[in-house]
Amino acid sequence: MAMEDVTGRPPPKNAMPISPIGWARRNLFSSVGNTILTLLSLYLLWLLVPPFVDFTIFSAVWTGTTREACLVPDAGACWPFVWANIDQFIYGRYPPSEIWRVNLTFALGAAVIIPMLIPGLPARKLNLVFLLVVYPLVALVLLAGDRPGLPPVPTSEWGGLLVTLVVAITGIVASLPLGVLLALGRRSDMPAIRMLSIIFIEFWRGVPLVTVLFMASVMLPLFLPEGFSPDNLLRCLVGVALFSSAYMAEVVRGGLQAIPAGQYEAARAVGLTYWQAMMQVVLPQALRHVIPGIVNTFIGLFKDTTLVLIVGLFDLLGQVRAQLSDPNWTVPQGALTGYIFAALVFWAFCFGMSQYSNFMERRLDTSRER
Amino acid sequence: MRRRYGRHMSMGQGQKRPRAAFGWYNPRVRSVFYQSVVLVSVLGIVWFFAATAQHNLERLNISSGLGFLDTTAGFGIIQTLIPYSEQSSYGRAFLVGLLNTLVVAVIGIVLATLLGFFVGIARLSRNWLIAKLAAAYVEIMRNIPLLLHLFFWYFAVLRPLPGPENSLTPFDGVYLNNRGLILPAPVFDGSAVYFFASIVLALVGSAFLIRWSKRRQIATGQLFPAWRTAIGLAVALPALVWLVAGRPFELEFAVRDAFDYTGGMRLLPEFVALVLGLTLYTAAFIGEIVRAGIQSVSKGQREAAAALGLKDSTTLRLVVIPQALRLIIPPLTSQILNLTKNSSLAVAIAYPDLVAVFAGTVLNQTGQAIEVIALTMAVYLTLSLLTSLAMNWYNARIALKER
Repeated sequence: MAMEDVTGRPPPKNAMPISPIGWARRNLFSSVGNTILTLLSLYLLWLLVPPFVDFTIFSAVWTGTTREACLVPDAGACWPFVWANIDQFIYGRYPPSEIWRVNLTFALGAAVIIPMLIPGLPARKLNLVFLLVVYPLVALVLLAGDRPGLPPVPTSEWGGLLVTLVVAITGIVASLPLGVLLALGRRSDMPAIRMLSIIFIEFWRGVPLVTVLFMASVMLPLFLPEGFSPDNLLRCLVGVALFSSAYMAEVVRGGLQAIPAGQYEAARAVGLTYWQAMMQVVLPQALRHVIPGIVNTFIGLFKDTTLVLIVGLFDLLGQVRAQLSDPNWTVPQGALTGYIFAALVFWAFCFGMSQYSNFMERRLDTSRER
Repeated sequence: MRRRYGRHMSMGQGQKRPRAAFGWYNPRVRSVFYQSVVLVSVLGIVWFFAATAQHNLERLNISSGLGFLDTTAGFGIIQTLIPYSEQSSYGRAFLVGLLNTLVVAVIGIVLATLLGFFVGIARLSRNWLIAKLAAAYVEIMRNIPLLLHLFFWYFAVLRPLPGPENSLTPFDGVYLNNRGLILPAPVFDGSAVYFFASIVLALVGSAFLIRWSKRRQIATGQLFPAWRTAIGLAVALPALVWLVAGRPFELEFAVRDAFDYTGGMRLLPEFVALVLGLTLYTAAFIGEIVRAGIQSVSKGQREAAAALGLKDSTTLRLVVIPQALRLIIPPLTSQILNLTKNSSLAVAIAYPDLVAVFAGTVLNQTGQAIEVIALTMAVYLTLSLLTSLAMNWYNARIALKER
């Protein structure tokens, strides 16, 4: 009797569709314990969801231009507070007449980054160079100004989402090359370079970002020559870049470890130098492996940018807090409204990025299986 | 190996070994050269910063050194675990801050680990609703910045609570108002020492009992209900001592007077917000780690255990959990470290942790930026180092022993 080979086939489908009741019985009430758990979860949902939906939607105040609109009894979220301050939340105190520059920078950034994220598009190397070298310079000129036709805007007037994105993107763009160098250093044959890399990486990974920012804003000026005082944002950027480069180094190191030594040895055998072997053979493979890790580092960095408010910069969260203390908008439910709004914005960014990272992970997985 | 093989070849052909390449073409020469260049430039940078700092300190008339630690602090701290007053020294303030950091970190670690394990296991539950709830929890919590968690709990939830006259009272003796969370406090009398000694004794005894029964089982195959006996021992002995010693401690409930509650144990709103935020945020990450760890144990392991006739609970205890832990422990360590480091966000809601007290108030009062920041960073570096040492030791103990 010939054996039928079924290994390559999809599993047989259920012949009969499951009825909702059958589904509930199997997935929710399969045993006494499960039934208790289900009922407890339903109770928890009942405690949490209706009040939240009621506060943010049904009882919320949606229209109005002043705080009086929100001073009705039992009112929920005060959304007019958000509408009235939306410009501050996005641009901070950036002069309204110059806001187009910020928008242009955002649009350019989106135009560079989005093609990078879509796998399979051509000219990615060019794009990467543009993102890492040209775009930061263009953005700097556009945002800071002080060029003909572009009046200067001091960084003390930047704020909101603009600062969040500037800190996060500068952090990631600066930490990528630094992190690669550190990861290579940590795996180097030269003891001095390996030790220095390890000390650097472990130092930054061992201290909290808050102390790094304190260091950048309080201690750094003491280490710089008299008269040379970079502004607060720049100092924080340096701190954030060094901090995240240590984390990036560990991510890249993971990728380097996944590349078999034979790749490097073969590259050296055909006569490539160390740097040629790294740049053309090892790193392209290693970095491809760690795209999810890099995205995760970026998500962490994006969330960590909120910490700059501790040293007096106004990122999105800092700006929300600043607007909350505006006497024109003091309403009892203001804090809840403001923080729920900020949470939604951060959540949307981070969740989107983590979904992207999952997508890349699955893609890389299948390509490895093939 | 490779080198020996090479020499053998060349000798076999009757040739001399080629001389090491001379000068620049010798890899060792180049390696030494590169390393010297890097070392010299790093030292140069360090020297430059040190010299500039010294010059700046002289210019600004800041004296360096740790002498300021003996100076009177002159500021109060809202939560002190050791005696502290405005007359205490800066060094004492440092200790108070350090202890406040440690207490938040330890409580946060315990709660986050418990909640994280619960969430991770719940995500794998066969109960659809529980699994989805746990997944939603993870996706919501970990995608919101920790600082926003803290602001939410502190500024939007705990601060706007009613005053002491309208406290929320979920249970008798537990009061929640805008001045904090008030709990009953245990009060010990003289015989409490015996009570605690009996707990320690019971635990040590149980540990020995379990080891003995395991050894006996390996040697003779006889089972002994060690866990049940141990739990009985751990409950019975302290209970017996409790009765004999005549209630060595009791709970002191808070009493309400005209304006506020007195007595009991008061947790500051800053403390409650910090513990809540740290726990809820970190538990989401720990939950994912636990889920991944359990999922990594292949189905065949469970099936093999079942085929050998092991019970479900035994399979879980002896087969699944030991293998899952091996994958869970290293990332769990880094989450525990993250929580400890993240407790420094306390400064944003004015909980007096190390950063808030020392790198905040003390730094502002003394201006000793370099010393203060260096000390603060040194504390966190030490904590990181100690935790990773402890975890490495544990990790080595449970690592796969390949035969």
